[in-house]
Amino acid sequence: MIRIAGFSVLGLALLFLLGPFLIIAGAGLSAGDILVFPPQGFSLRWYAGVFEIERFRESFLLSMELAVGSTALALLLGVPAAYAMARYEVPGGEWIRTIVTAPVIVPAIIAGLALLRYTVIPLGLPVMAALVLGHTALVAPYAVRVVTVSLTHLRPDVEEAAILLGASRTGAFFRVVLPNIRNGVMAAFILGFITSFNQVPVSLFLTGPGVSTLPIDMLAAMEFVYDPSIAALSTLLALMSVSIVLVAERLLGLSRYV
Amino acid sequence: MSDPEFLALRNITISYGRSVAVDDVSLTVPQGELLALLGPSGCGKTTLMRAVAGLLPLTQGGIVLAKRDITRVPANRRDVGLVFQSYALFPHLSVFENVAFGLRLRRAPATELKQRVDAAIAMVGLTGFESRLPRELSGGQQQRVALARSVVVRPNLLLLDEPLSNLDARLRLEMRSELHRLHRDLGVTMIYVTHDQAEALALADRIVVMRAGKVAQSGSPEDLYERPTSGFVARFMGFENILGVQPDGLSGEKGMLKIPTAGLTDARALAWRPQNVQLGEGPFQGRVIGASYQGETTEYLIESAAGLLKAQASVTAPRHTVGENIAFDLPVSRAVRLLEV
Repeated sequence: MIRIAGFSVLGLALLFLLGPFLIIAGAGLSAGDILVFPPQGFSLRWYAGVFEIERFRESFLLSMELAVGSTALALLLGVPAAYAMARYEVPGGEWIRTIVTAPVIVPAIIAGLALLRYTVIPLGLPVMAALVLGHTALVAPYAVRVVTVSLTHLRPDVEEAAILLGASRTGAFFRVVLPNIRNGVMAAFILGFITSFNQVPVSLFLTGPGVSTLPIDMLAAMEFVYDPSIAALSTLLALMSVSIVLVAERLLGLSRYV
Repeated sequence: MSDPEFLALRNITISYGRSVAVDDVSLTVPQGELLALLGPSGCGKTTLMRAVAGLLPLTQGGIVLAKRDITRVPANRRDVGLVFQSYALFPHLSVFENVAFGLRLRRAPATELKQRVDAAIAMVGLTGFESRLPRELSGGQQQRVALARSVVVRPNLLLLDEPLSNLDARLRLEMRSELHRLHRDLGVTMIYVTHDQAEALALADRIVVMRAGKVAQSGSPEDLYERPTSGFVARFMGFENILGVQPDGLSGEKGMLKIPTAGLTDARALAWRPQNVQLGEGPFQGRVIGASYQGETTEYLIESAAGLLKAQASVTAPRHTVGENIAFDLPVSRAVRLLEV
């Protein structure tokens, strides 16, 4: 009895979470010209057609560049920060930790507006720089957290052993620490990439004329064109994220770090 | 050839804020000696060892190793090896690469490197395990890799931090004799940090007992085992019965045992091992309140006027039962005289 109740709750939850996705995926399969569910007829033309739309191709590339660039930057900042906080008594370490994780807690839309109003406009930053800045800040908390988790699995005396064998502090970091947190860094990269790639609220404020990320472009397109290509594209992007996560789980055990 | 002051620690003090972990310790170690630093946890022995390795700064004092003042030399240029209690092997490297680590940093030529690494691995009996990762090895094997990794670079000084404490009893005995052989074959100067007096007695040329950041006593294993000078060292060496010397008798926790002590005034206290307490006859009266059979011997807990005493009788001696009143003697001729309680 309890088992049946449990399964029904689980089923409802899954339906609630996955239902919208299934509807969108279905709508994209329509043979008709407008976005409706259930689809009218069945065709793959919208899925195939997505690749032909010039503006989406451009913003897809921009989103890719942005996601790779800002995640790499976030790791460049986040790995040393995580290392310092894990290994040393950093003065005000608790505060730094809180500030570093703030972008996860503060609603992204507020972060985006604040960034625009108080940094991008006063400094007159170009659009791409503003986007990189915003996304890096957004991704850095994940980098710090994930790398911190993998650092706690590495005993500090392993570094001391390397030093006593003749390595410098930096040498010990590159020869011993980095190879052992490699999986954590890769996991952080994947999480950061997906977070940045799917980001809407911050990008909304920071994109500008001629420079737009894919999700923002899709949002804009929906206001003018109401055909199933948006549904098809959304489905493809969701599948991309899911496959990245699945591959990462197989190769790295992603779920250990999150 | 051997330098009597190969390693010299001069007035070393290490403190953290107000707490003093090592308090004005001076110590010299001749070349080739195996010195044991013995003491309970928190006595400062590990702190002192980490300072010698260069992993901790000294608050005061200096260190000279092989005629070179290394007080301010960074840890990676001291030529001091350290075998960690946790082994601290590099998890991502094979046994071969773990051992080769130090030689690669020194840019040893490939053929020499291979030859020396192979020799070190053979020396600890792990030939055939070269391509294994540390997690695929048992605790004892990891310990051997840690040893090989430290000695392959031929350090001036090898420090061992409780190296056997994570092994089971049988393996510990085996590794103990292995360490002994290694020390003999390599002739490297070693400092062995341990809280286990049996290990220190079995391995060391000389033992330094530490207490609360200071040296309590140092000497050969025989010196310490047979002639401890303080109550602290005596207890560590198995003298379980320690009584203070008073003008009219011996004092314990509870009270006095009256005997003439005229000839003993130079000692503050007397100490007996359990086997030196004579049961069945003697001037004192007590009651057996515990008896534990241990095969070759039986241990008794005796309640006396001075407090609880521990006695040990051989298997051939008459048995006593709990509750029995018993006469006993603490023969002064078999006691050790302590200068400090």
